[in-house]
Amino acid sequence: MSLLDEMNEKATARGIPLSAHMDITWRCNERCVHCYLDHDDKGEMTTDEIKDVIRQLADVGTFFLSISGGEPLLRRDCFEILEFARALRFNVKLKTNAVMIGAKEALRLRKMGIEQVQISVYSHRPEVHDAITKLPGSLRRTTEAIKHLKANDIKVSLTNVLMQFNRSDALAVKQMAGELGVNFVIDPTITPMLNGDRSITKLGITLDELQQVMRTEEFVGDVAEFCSPVSSAGDDVLDGYSCSAGHTLAYISPYADVFPCVQFPMPCGSLRKQAFRDIWFDSPAFAELRSVHVRDLHTCSHCGHNSYCSRCPGLAYMEGDFRGPSSADCQKSYARTGIPSAAMERAGQRIPQAFTGLVQISGVQ
Amino acid sequence: MPSTEMYLTQSADIASRTLGDDTLIMSTLDSTIFVLNSVGTAIWNAADGATPLSRIVQERVCAEYEVTDEEAFADAREFVGQLAEHGILSISDAPVPPLEAK
Repeated sequence: MSLLDEMNEKATARGIPLSAHMDITWRCNERCVHCYLDHDDKGEMTTDEIKDVIRQLADVGTFFLSISGGEPLLRRDCFEILEFARALRFNVKLKTNAVMIGAKEALRLRKMGIEQVQISVYSHRPEVHDAITKLPGSLRRTTEAIKHLKANDIKVSLTNVLMQFNRSDALAVKQMAGELGVNFVIDPTITPMLNGDRSITKLGITLDELQQVMRTEEFVGDVAEFCSPVSSAGDDVLDGYSCSAGHTLAYISPYADVFPCVQFPMPCGSLRKQAFRDIWFDSPAFAELRSVHVRDLHTCSHCGHNSYCSRCPGLAYMEGDFRGPSSADCQKSYARTGIPSAAMERAGQRIPQAFTGLVQISGVQ
Repeated sequence: MPSTEMYLTQSADIASRTLGDDTLIMSTLDSTIFVLNSVGTAIWNAADGATPLSRIVQERVCAEYEVTDEEAFADAREFVGQLAEHGILSISDAPVPPLEAK
């Protein structure tokens, strides 16, 4: 077990939110076709409110802090917020489209000691990337920003979200990442809108295309090993939790609302009404979430995929029941092994409509 | 006791958080992770650039644990030396002004 795994285990046992993801704005200078956010400002936290929340997170033991959006750099106080978090010794990651990062901004990020900058690139072809972001020149600007960041020895992770429009470009984007000297992550996840609208999930790749991804050595490594069925989970897995959301991870929206994860829009409390500590330790929603072990899941507990399935309780929640299966993860397990999940078998050994167009492969990098 | 005092300053190029008795530290330069136990945490949290290691050991270690001053100081010297090698903290023979002790 790695040192980080040990600390995660201790954090889980002690109820410490070791990681927090904070969106400081949902406004954005891009209009990506698959984005799950409403970009209108409905009363973002002020600088002082955000600093107070960050201070509260430090007090409860949060170590990893992701600052994201929307486009976080649209806020004039973004650097002030990042530097405040670094002064409190957080491990800070910045998720940005990077089009506002030039040489000066990259140097400032280096000086403050940011851990990593995470950037989405949809294609190596400007006509495809810019069509997805709807911002002319965005690929050029993002690529230039990556070069500025690398010139300052800042770690960069490039995420390639797969959709119908760019599905054939993933290998070329991976090559581009290699040439730029940055990490590459492939992500076939199209998250439904946080208001429940699922229409954008239709932009995702098909099951056949997902199977192709799962069988591409450049993405998964040893294909035979990756796609081999694994035996069902033992007691250690059944007594555990699906993921860290609500256990060691919290998400905070620009409007001071607390959720288990950005992909798990179950309201747990408002920081404009309560302290973070009170929400984290006393919210009935968090208590309910934490009461559910893998063993308690009505369908997934006896699914043959449960020893490795990355079942997302947030996606399941958005389908109506966070104790139930996430069809996206059923689809992933099926694409990976060719074996239907328990939920798919219940649906009649076929792939129902609910199992298409919504995909998450967090393990594929 | 030391012939020369040692003053410890935490590096600015780290992230750190004390969780119970342990302290998690990560270098922002190379992402190396360190986990300090309760004794290491006591020394780490007292590394303010102004307090000599000998006093930290006497007040934070010897007062709390059954160990002689000599043993505790020798172990502490080795411990801070290891952290200094990794750039997690710096050691000087004079107090460090607060502005430099970032």
